[in-house]
Amino acid sequence: MNSEKIVEIKHLSYTYPDGRPGLRDVDLDVFRHESVAILGPNGAGKSTLLYHLNGTLIGNGTVRILGMSVERGNLKEIRGRVGLVFQNPEDQLFCPTVFEDVAFGPVNMGLEKAEVERRVERALETMGLKGFEERSAHHLSEGEKKRVALATVLAMDSEILALDEPTDNLDPGGSRAFIEQIRRIPQTKVIVTHHLSLVMELCERAILMDEGRKIEDVPLEGLIGNRTLLESFSFDADLAQWMYERVKASRVINKSNK
Amino acid sequence: MKHAFLDHHSRIDSPIHRLDAKAKIIVFFAFILVGVSSPPSSFSLFALLAVGLVTMTLVARLPLGHMMKKVLIVLPFIFFVALSVPFIRRDGGEPFAFCGLSVSRSGLLILWNALAKASLGVFSIILLYSTTTFPKLVKGMEQLHLPRVFTVLFSFMYRYSFILVDEVQRMKRARDSRCFGGAWLWQVRTIGHMVGTLFVRSYHRGERVYLAMLSRGYDGTMHVMDSDRFGKKEGVFLLWIPLLLFLRIILG
Repeated sequence: MNSEKIVEIKHLSYTYPDGRPGLRDVDLDVFRHESVAILGPNGAGKSTLLYHLNGTLIGNGTVRILGMSVERGNLKEIRGRVGLVFQNPEDQLFCPTVFEDVAFGPVNMGLEKAEVERRVERALETMGLKGFEERSAHHLSEGEKKRVALATVLAMDSEILALDEPTDNLDPGGSRAFIEQIRRIPQTKVIVTHHLSLVMELCERAILMDEGRKIEDVPLEGLIGNRTLLESFSFDADLAQWMYERVKASRVINKSNK
Repeated sequence: MKHAFLDHHSRIDSPIHRLDAKAKIIVFFAFILVGVSSPPSSFSLFALLAVGLVTMTLVARLPLGHMMKKVLIVLPFIFFVALSVPFIRRDGGEPFAFCGLSVSRSGLLILWNALAKASLGVFSIILLYSTTTFPKLVKGMEQLHLPRVFTVLFSFMYRYSFILVDEVQRMKRARDSRCFGGAWLWQVRTIGHMVGTLFVRSYHRGERVYLAMLSRGYDGTMHVMDSDRFGKKEGVFLLWIPLLLFLRIILG
């Protein structure tokens, strides 16, 4: 890929406050308009890596976002560029109404009232949540909460979206609909997940992690074709192959329909 | 899980519900202030305040019986605190005997005073939050320049009270499905563990929420967007203030 490298991580290590190693010498490059999946068992350091993208965690090594090094001084700038969506929407939605939650980022960026309103409206529309402005988060369904959570970073016009298990806790229908909505968003995406189906629908490349290390960095075809690799991560290689054929076929159908 | 214990009635449509939150906050606090500052013997003033509150309840299409029940929930606390006063006080007026106990008249007046003022105050507050959605209430407080710390605290409390209740319910289910029972001491121990777990979980959640706030550019100050909407109707509603002051001066 020839496009611009917008995430550049080199020799990143991180140790949790209790002394457990979280990341060990991880390198990662992400290019503009790419969608990258981060896969791996629980405790592999996937989310920890994701949190480094906007300086929520800062470890040893270099993390550069759009050429800027992630450090205390420019966190505000970085956080405007990288929209982090947490795994649990209850953590992300802390305002009394949906409008205020989605407006929280833009307001902190110091935007004018009219611009904030425009952005909230656009973000909610993108997520199919028009008319939800005055609703309270606790009156929403899980799927709606997830969509509002994504809208809160879309309203910030982030160039990179970092999504932590976006389809976690969703039923199959809700999960499919949400994946479809994520696909329509043009931003660069880094997605932590356990679901191969999501990876096949959204990503061109997968990072496989275990025990804080990056084990493999492969294009999607390479992952599906590599039975040993899939099985070492406890994925069913036959099922993966079958799903991949289906996804490819449905893409062809979609294209011809268009 | 769905909850409606806080904002059950606040989404009804009525002339009072439609008013701006600031006007309601001011008027209901005026009710409380006038009630609390009046001498205990101004019975007619208390009666008129009660009539005013009941009228507003009816205009707001709120179920009066339900509102009264809510007031009753709070009253026992005040009642038991103030109950001993008539039996302890020794000054003012001739005490009389009741069931073999000597009761002081001024003490009785204090008991009545505490009960009447507490009921009026609680009624006002219940009326306020039953006619105003919580987000609007918080916004109104912000616009009235209440310290930001309070309003932020209120809004977080509102948002996370529901999640806490969910958490407690889940823990209770998990506990009961493992045949909770047995000796009293054992039960207390279990409940103690639950409270501890709840605290730790809330603490961790607090950290995660803070990270989510930081991720969206939070820098320690809560910014709000102003949306003033103080019209003629709010002006008319604020006429309660001169009326209350007038009653307070004439009858108090």
